[in-house]
Amino acid sequence: MGTLAYKKEILPDNVQPFKVHPQKFALWVGISVLCMAFAGLTSAYLVRKAAPNWQEFIMPTQFILSAVLMMLSSITIQGAVWAFKRDKIAFYNTTLFISLVLGISFLVSQYLGWMALEQRGVYLNGNPSGSFVYVISYLHVAHVIGGILPMTIALVRSLWLFGDPAKLAAFKTDNNKRVGIELLATYWHFVDILWIYLLLFFMFS
Amino acid sequence: MAELHNPAIEVGHDTHGHGHDHHHGHDDHGHHELNFIEKYIFSQDHKVIGKQFLFLGMAWAIVGGLFSIFFRLQLAWPEESFPILEWFLGSWAEGGKLSAEFYYALVTMHGTILVFFVLTAGLSGTFSNFLIPLQVGARDMASPFMNMLSFWMFVLSSCVMLFSLFIQTGPASGGWTAYPPLSALPQASLGSGLGMDLWLISIALFIVSVALGGLNYVTTVINMRTKGMDFFRMPLTVWAFFFTAIIGLLSFPVLFGAAILLEFDRLLGTSFFLSDIYVAGEALQHSGGSPILFQHLFWFLGHPEVYIIILPAMGIVSEVMSVHSRKPIFGYKAMVFSILGITILSFIVWAHHMFMSGLNPFVASIFVLFTLLIAVPSAIKVFNWITTLWRGSIRLNPAMLFAIGFVSLFISGGLTGIYLGNSTLDIQLHDTYYVVAHFHIVMGLAAFYGMFAGIYHWFPKMFGRYMNSSMGYVHFYVTLVGSYAIFWPMHYLGMSGVPRRYYDFSVFDQFSQYAELNKFITIAAIIVFAVNILFVFNFFYSIFKGRKVTVLNPYGATTLEWTTPIHPGHGNWVGEIPEVHRWPYDYSINGRDFIPQTEALGAGEVDDHDHGSDLPNVGSAIPGKH
Repeated sequence: MGTLAYKKEILPDNVQPFKVHPQKFALWVGISVLCMAFAGLTSAYLVRKAAPNWQEFIMPTQFILSAVLMMLSSITIQGAVWAFKRDKIAFYNTTLFISLVLGISFLVSQYLGWMALEQRGVYLNGNPSGSFVYVISYLHVAHVIGGILPMTIALVRSLWLFGDPAKLAAFKTDNNKRVGIELLATYWHFVDILWIYLLLFFMFS
Repeated sequence: MAELHNPAIEVGHDTHGHGHDHHHGHDDHGHHELNFIEKYIFSQDHKVIGKQFLFLGMAWAIVGGLFSIFFRLQLAWPEESFPILEWFLGSWAEGGKLSAEFYYALVTMHGTILVFFVLTAGLSGTFSNFLIPLQVGARDMASPFMNMLSFWMFVLSSCVMLFSLFIQTGPASGGWTAYPPLSALPQASLGSGLGMDLWLISIALFIVSVALGGLNYVTTVINMRTKGMDFFRMPLTVWAFFFTAIIGLLSFPVLFGAAILLEFDRLLGTSFFLSDIYVAGEALQHSGGSPILFQHLFWFLGHPEVYIIILPAMGIVSEVMSVHSRKPIFGYKAMVFSILGITILSFIVWAHHMFMSGLNPFVASIFVLFTLLIAVPSAIKVFNWITTLWRGSIRLNPAMLFAIGFVSLFISGGLTGIYLGNSTLDIQLHDTYYVVAHFHIVMGLAAFYGMFAGIYHWFPKMFGRYMNSSMGYVHFYVTLVGSYAIFWPMHYLGMSGVPRRYYDFSVFDQFSQYAELNKFITIAAIIVFAVNILFVFNFFYSIFKGRKVTVLNPYGATTLEWTTPIHPGHGNWVGEIPEVHRWPYDYSINGRDFIPQTEALGAGEVDDHDHGSDLPNVGSAIPGKH
C-alpha cells in the first residue's frame, strides 16, 4: 500500500527519472536476489552430485504437467495486462481468473508430483538427490504462493471495484495503479521460467 | 526533539497516500499531523529509520562487547571466579566461574552479534538509510514502506536472537559460522539444540531485512538522483553504500539457501550436510551428505560479508577525510573503480577460508591468486587516503581522527591478510590467534572506526547538536592505543601456535607460559570497553545537551545533506530539491575554501575529477566529459 502511493508522494519534483519505473526496477533487483538463492541451491546440487553415493531417479510426469500449466498461466496473465491497459474489464477479469485457477492447479500438480516421487521410493529424508528435489521444489512453490496471494487480491479488488462505475472511473484516471498488474505479471513470468529451469536442471544436469 | 513541529516543511510530509498533490494537499484535506508512533516508531522517514538502526546497533554492540569481556576474563584468569559473572549469566557461571559450554556460546554470540547486527545492520543500515537520499538529493527511499519493513525485520530477528540467550539449553554455540555437523545435530551439544534453531530463524529474518534494505538502496541510487547528479558526481559514501547493497543482495540469498537446507537436516531428517555420523557410539541414519558443502555455501556469503562491513566504512572515511583535510579526495575515479574491483573479487575468494578443509591444492592456488589480487584495489585506496591527507589543512576533530585511525588499522590488519591469503602459510596459522588478530583489526576495528568517524561527523545532521569533542578525544586516543594493545600481542600468540577456541590454556604446558600476556590483553579490552561506554554516554548526552548547530553547513562541506534545514522534516528539503552542477570534492579550489555541489559552474570551468588539487580546475578537460 505504501508502495502504491509512491509516485505522487515521494518522487522528487525535479528528479531525472531512470528509464525504468522505480518499482519495476526494484522488482528486477528482487528477482536477481531470488535467482542468486536458487543458483546457490542448484550449485550445491551439482557439487553434491559429483560425490559418490548419489541415487538417480526419473522425474515424475506431473512435474512436466506443472510446467505446462505455468506456461499457460503466463500467457493468460499477459492477456490480463493487455486487457487492463485497454480497459477491457471483462476480459481482464476472465484472464486473471484463469491465471489464478492455473496457478492453483500448478500447486495441485506439484503435490501429485511429490506423491509420485514417494511411490518411487524417493523420500525427503532419503538420499540427498531426492532431498534436493523436494526442498528446491518446496521453495519454488512458496514463491508461487507468493504470486497467487496478490493475484487473488487483484481479482477480488477488480470484481469489487469495477462493479461500481464511479470507483472504476476514479481508478482509470490513475495511471500509477496500473503498475501493480505489470509487477504481478513480471513476477509470475519469473516463477514460471524458474520452474522450467529447475525441471530441465533436474532432468538433464 | 525540536523537529517535532516544523510547519515550514510541508513537502512530502505525508506518506500515507491520499493521492493528493502534496503541494496543496494540506489545504484541501486538513493537515494530517503524524502522531508519535508514526513519527518515531513505525516511521517511513529514511532519517528516522537510519537512527533506529543506529540505536539498535549500539544496543547490540554493548551486548556483544560485554560478551567478549566475559570470555576474556576466563582466558586471563581461568582459576579465578568472578561473582559479577554469576550476576549476569546466572547458572552459566555457577560460583562466578564461566562454564565451558557457555564459553563457546559467548564466543558464538559475540561473533554473530558483531558481524551481523552491529557491523552490517548498525553500520550500513544506519548510514545507507541516513545518507543515500540526503546525498543523492531524494525526498526519501524508493519505497519508504519496504524500508520501514527492513528495520522491523531486523527488530524481529534481534528479538529471536535475544530470546535464544535466555532459553535453558542456551544460545547457539558452534561458532558464528555454524558449521555442521555440530550445528546440524541437535544432540551434538547443548547449544546445538533449540538455540541453533533460533539462530537460523534469526539469521533468516535478518537476511530478509538486508534484502529489503538493499533493494531500496540500489533502486534509490539508480532511480532517485536529483537533476545533475550524474553517477560520477556522487560522493564516495554513496558509491560505497551502493556496492555494499549489491554485494549483500547477491551473497545473502545463498546463505538463506544454506540455512534452509541446514534446518531440513535438523528437523526433517534430510542429509544435505551429514554423512555416516556416530554420536556416543551410535550410528545415525544420515548418509550421503557433505559438511564441506555447507562451508562452500556459508563462505560464499561469509567472505563478501566482510566487504559488506568494510566498504561503508571506506566510503565514510573517504568523505570525512576529504572534508576535514579541505582537499579533494585524491583519485576519485580510482576510488570508485577500486570499490568495484573489491566487489567483484569478493565473490571469487571464498575458499580461502577453507584451505584446511581438504581443498584440492590446485584449486587452493587459484583462490590464493584471487585473494592476493584484493591487495591491489586495497592498496590503491590506502594510497589515495594518504595522498588526500598530504599537505591538507587538516582538522583533527574526533571524526577525522577516527578516519585516520581507520587507515592505520586497515594497513596493519591488511598486511597480515597477505600472509594468511597464502594457503601454505594459512595451514600453519589458520587455527591460531594470528587469524583472530588479523580479522579483528582489518574488519572489526577498522569498520568500527569508520562507524565512529561517521557518527561524529554526521551527528550534527542527525540530531542538530554536536557531540562533545573532549570526550571524543579521550574516546579516540584510548581506543587507538587499546586496539593495538589488545590485538598486536595476539599475532605473537598465533605465531607461537596458540590455538583459537580454547577455553583454558592453563592446563597446557606449551601455552600456559602466555598467561601474563593474556591478562594484559584482557585488561586492555576492559579499558577499551569502558571508554566506549563513555562514547555511548557522550552520544546520548549530546542528543539532549550537546552544543546546538546554528549554521546549515558547519564543516563547509560540498555535499547536498548540508543544504537541508538543520532539522530536516520528512521530505528533506523545503521546496525544490537543489540541482547539482559539480562533483562533491571541490575543496580549496580556484582560491576558495569549498564550492558546494549546488553552485553552477563558472565561465570556462569544467567539472573534471581527474586533476590533482594543485592544478587549476579550468580548461584542458575533454568537453562535456563528466
